[in-house]
Amino acid sequence: MRTIVRVTDRILETPSTVTLRFPYEPRAEPGQFVMVWIPGDDELPMSLSYPSTASKGITVKVMGDTSRRIQTIQPGAFLGIRGPYGNRFDLRPRRILVVGGGSGAAVLAPAAEAARVLGASVVVALGATRSSELLFRDRFIAMGARVEVATDDGSEGEHGFVTAVADRVLAGEAFDAVWTCGPEVMMRKVVDSATMRGVPVYCSMERHMKCALGLCDACAIGPYHVCIDGPVFPADRVRSLPDFGAFHRDPSGRRVKF
Amino acid sequence: MADLSVRCAGVPLRNPFLLASGIWGESGDSLAGAWRAGAGGVITKSIGSAPRPGYPNPTVETYERWGLLNAMGLPNPGIDEYPTEIEAARRAGATIIGSVFGGSAEEFATLAHRMATTGVVAIELNLSCPHAEGFGTEVGSDPGEVEEIVRSVVARVKLPVIAKITPNTSDPAALAAAAEHGGAAAISAINTLRALAIDVRLRRPVLSHGIGGLSGSAIKPVGLACVWQIYEQVSIPVIGVGGIMNAEDALEYVMAGARALEIGTAITFGGIGVFARLAHDLSALLDDLGISRLEEAVGVAHSKP
Repeated sequence: MRTIVRVTDRILETPSTVTLRFPYEPRAEPGQFVMVWIPGDDELPMSLSYPSTASKGITVKVMGDTSRRIQTIQPGAFLGIRGPYGNRFDLRPRRILVVGGGSGAAVLAPAAEAARVLGASVVVALGATRSSELLFRDRFIAMGARVEVATDDGSEGEHGFVTAVADRVLAGEAFDAVWTCGPEVMMRKVVDSATMRGVPVYCSMERHMKCALGLCDACAIGPYHVCIDGPVFPADRVRSLPDFGAFHRDPSGRRVKF
Repeated sequence: MADLSVRCAGVPLRNPFLLASGIWGESGDSLAGAWRAGAGGVITKSIGSAPRPGYPNPTVETYERWGLLNAMGLPNPGIDEYPTEIEAARRAGATIIGSVFGGSAEEFATLAHRMATTGVVAIELNLSCPHAEGFGTEVGSDPGEVEEIVRSVVARVKLPVIAKITPNTSDPAALAAAAEHGGAAAISAINTLRALAIDVRLRRPVLSHGIGGLSGSAIKPVGLACVWQIYEQVSIPVIGVGGIMNAEDALEYVMAGARALEIGTAITFGGIGVFARLAHDLSALLDDLGISRLEEAVGVAHSKP
């Protein structure tokens, strides 16, 4: 089931974020994820920050023990990859607002690139704690997106949260869709804001996963499973879920507050 | 159209296809979803005394469409939290069987007692779990121990008690007989087969726990043999589990002696829609074979008088 690959490149994107590139042939679309096995350690879901080429990539931000260990992986190391799993972004909208926080840009950048190739206009609201943590800012600029930035400490762009930037942009321009990925509390705000203005909005969700095959319920949210019904969810699905932006499940299945 | 309703261990079921324990059973919404998708009943995740995170990943490996190897390690939120999930499934009107596991007869009995207060219609005992004291040996691999566990549970609950038998033993029928002797209302057979996968490039087992349990089509012949032998040895109903992917597989188990069936791994390959498909196809198959009620076909492959 798993393909054992060797890491070809390790790129430091920001002080807290690393991209690993590896050869993996199966076709994947923006939005999809793979299960990444670090032999002897753990296996966890990672969105493909580079899904569309034979050389694929995952972009990992330090969040806990396993991601910290992933960051020490060097070219030549083995990884076990299975997938891709999950659904993809609908690339039909012509005017897209992309709202990214945390490491959300890892999911959104390849989707925005694919949309740009199809001729869509893309505006990006990108947030981070500080200027050096703005993930894939240059990648968004290179693809011809207009990028508006917010930092918690004001070191670049607007001093504040990316949700405020998104609100301002939504108030001033028309969009066919909003795509968002980042901390779920942030995504909840973006969903409310876009929905209030009648703009369809899609979230890329994440949950603890074990099987990624739709069997074990680890990633269950309401009646859905992130691994087979997501990770990309339209607003009308997530807005009705009491857990959205509020609770997730720990590895035992207990509900835990965000 | 043939009548698929069955009565098993005193529980009326709209069809014989139960959601197996361990699949979709951690959240109440998922149990409700399986019910709405057409399952005849849903069996919960095996619940223990305390929350368990389970083993680290990798916890599953698939073999094309013929097998699934898992070493999840019984992750579950624990009996204190679980009643909330059951409530969500009850609101959907589901027929729910509560699965529990413990390391001792006393632990099984206490858990069964608590599970019985949540609104489930029966208790299924997961006897394929490690000893509290030992590691690796299944708690339910010794007939004497099985009888003691079942007896302790039956003394503490009024609901029917189903004993789920392990195939990892030389005499599964003896385990089933022991469970009957202890007062079990039904037997479910089989749980997963002890199995292993190794990655030859990495020179290590694929699953983090190493040894796991095999399920899916590959184990169907083993499950059938166990059901066959158990049916010959006990008088209580048998629930068939192991590699049921389609209506023919289901009818094989019924003719071997099963009155109801559990579906698990089939959901990996066919999605939750497998329940509606199985019910439809089994009805059509029975019509084809001139069988008007599923219950008529139970055990007919035996040359019992």
